[in-house]
Amino acid sequence: MWYEQPFRKNENLTTLLRAIRELATFPIRIMEVCGGQTYALSRYRIEELLPDTIEMIHGPGCPVCVTPEETVARAIEIARFPGTVLCTFGDMIRVPSDEGCSLQQLKAEGKDIRILYSPLDSLKIARENPGKEVVFFAIGFETTTPVYALLLHEIIDKKIDNLTLLTSLFTIPAAVSFLAQDPECLINGLLAAGHVCSITGTETYERLARELEMPIAITGFEPADLLYGIYRVVQLKTQGRNLTVNAYRRAVPAQGNPIARLQTARYFTPYDACWRGLGTIPASGLKLRPPYEQYDARNRFCSEVKPDIRPSVCRAGEIMKGKISPLRCPLFGNRCTPDTPLGASMVSSEGTCAAFYRYKTN
Amino acid sequence: MELPNCPIPTQKYDRITMAHGGGGKMTTRLIEKIFYPAFSNRWLEQAHDGATLNLPSSRIAFTTDSFVVNPLFFPGGNIGDLAVNGTVNDLLCCGATPLYLSAGFILEEGLPIDTLKKVVHSMQTAAAKAGVSIVTGDTKVVEFGKCDKLFINTAGIGIIPENIDIGLHRVVKGDAVIVTGPIGNHGVSILSTRESLGFESSIQSDTAALTQIVAKLLSGIPDIHILRDPTRGGLSSTLNEIATGAHVTIVIDEAALPIDPPVKAACDLLGLDPLYVANEGLMLIFLPNEYAEQALRIIRGEPHGENARIIGRVTDDKRAEVILELALGQTRVIDMLSGEQLPRIC
Repeated sequence: MWYEQPFRKNENLTTLLRAIRELATFPIRIMEVCGGQTYALSRYRIEELLPDTIEMIHGPGCPVCVTPEETVARAIEIARFPGTVLCTFGDMIRVPSDEGCSLQQLKAEGKDIRILYSPLDSLKIARENPGKEVVFFAIGFETTTPVYALLLHEIIDKKIDNLTLLTSLFTIPAAVSFLAQDPECLINGLLAAGHVCSITGTETYERLARELEMPIAITGFEPADLLYGIYRVVQLKTQGRNLTVNAYRRAVPAQGNPIARLQTARYFTPYDACWRGLGTIPASGLKLRPPYEQYDARNRFCSEVKPDIRPSVCRAGEIMKGKISPLRCPLFGNRCTPDTPLGASMVSSEGTCAAFYRYKTN
Repeated sequence: MELPNCPIPTQKYDRITMAHGGGGKMTTRLIEKIFYPAFSNRWLEQAHDGATLNLPSSRIAFTTDSFVVNPLFFPGGNIGDLAVNGTVNDLLCCGATPLYLSAGFILEEGLPIDTLKKVVHSMQTAAAKAGVSIVTGDTKVVEFGKCDKLFINTAGIGIIPENIDIGLHRVVKGDAVIVTGPIGNHGVSILSTRESLGFESSIQSDTAALTQIVAKLLSGIPDIHILRDPTRGGLSSTLNEIATGAHVTIVIDEAALPIDPPVKAACDLLGLDPLYVANEGLMLIFLPNEYAEQALRIIRGEPHGENARIIGRVTDDKRAEVILELALGQTRVIDMLSGEQLPRIC
């Protein structure tokens, strides 16, 4: 049997919805943290099924969307270097830089830019192109970073000297904490990103629930997962209990994945990262540790000069804080569409604007 | 695989060189030793600049399509059968009986001749199955790196019976929508090969000419409004083209969409929506609702039609849009594909 079937089964969804409706007699604003959850909420039109008392706020958990303009500009700078191969994930190549240029346009102009499904595929490219410099534009959260650690391990172990990383790595809890404490961001509960928790474990979120004084449900990505997560948050709110529950037990063990964390910590160290649309958040990013800085593509290619980033017209920051809905952005759907994105959240399928555009508008 | 008898001394000339495209002896040799034996028919063997054909009717469908698939060989097919089936299906969508195809080849210097032979052989097998002849062609060679191994263009002509009237102008409120088989197989098969993702269950492309299905439908059903093959951009893009072109609202029942479980699982894994994934042996049929069940029985009795389903209906002729009805009554608008379908990354 197809393993996800029970999580999309009508009867299960109906039961969960009934339970939610019975409990949600008061207004509650719940933020789903992960872009994968935003996508699923839109794709299955789950908000349409929820009672009016529940409002979903779409969080910052899309790595494409939060990668700052400066890093996109650096990627473009590197891709323009003669003799380089820039590798990255699919969505990233469409993100427009401040000057309106994207990696996709450079690719069309003949620059060697490759879309990979696994960062480890860049090892083969580096081996096959000994005369070229291969750079992996490494974006992601706690889920993807261990793969970059593995990539670094291979680079060092196999003594590959023509492969480096341009990193844009973030960690979720610091950003969630930052958003939840913003006086303008009125959220009462969180759906934590299930896949991130499968690495981090549940402890960080148990602490977070106490600090933020709001209930958190570690939640998966299928319709029943999302409804169950929402149900648990509403239930905890009803009981006045500010704690974290694991509503995604089939993927998230309490201890997470200690090996992945160990490997991440070996190569990466926290720093105050800039999130696109949100600004700099203390200790919310990961960068290469000093002994491994030689594998940082910035050191090998980039100039000291900071790219001149002009203020963006994109209002994704306010959208991620739940201050406005994409529908209230004057650019949404006319000047800014998936074909002509003005901001990253209209590019990635996990971006709030793209999800809204694709599945919500007429 | 049984290959056409080819006495080219493969030891000596086992790859395409620029000389094969020079128009001289090597070109003639390539044509005589590879294309003629495979496509063998009296029009081609006239060895003229073009084929002279006598058509039984003056109502003609004429179409062309180019094929640049990567990789050339994938589970369930290769660029050769794709090039034949694609053009045949385009003719079928016009309500035509496909008769003749042309084949233009752009070869990259260095292409193994054995690869070309395999592709040409597949083209002939596909043409024979579809009941068409490849009656004229062309070969060009470009320098190494100037194209990716092998590109093919096919054009085709077929005749349309007098009583057939198929097109956007026929689509009306009340029409039923039928799809002849499961969606997304071709795109996922190509992607799984291209990205070396190595799925445990090998998903086969659905590439096929649907000649029999369409012939039986046209003879057995009194009125067909439109036939379309949802290739690039998948089912949703073709449905949107119909909705816009005919200015109608099409409502699709998500639960009725046939999707093979491995395709569904692969799409989940890669972050793809099967509605946007390419098909190469599939037909969308719009017809008056009263004939829908009868048409379904006919299609299901033919090869490649066993899993045909009624997936939706035309509900309105005021607004041009495609709406997907979800299991619990939610609805969402499905738009045309933007750019290419990109994978989710976490």
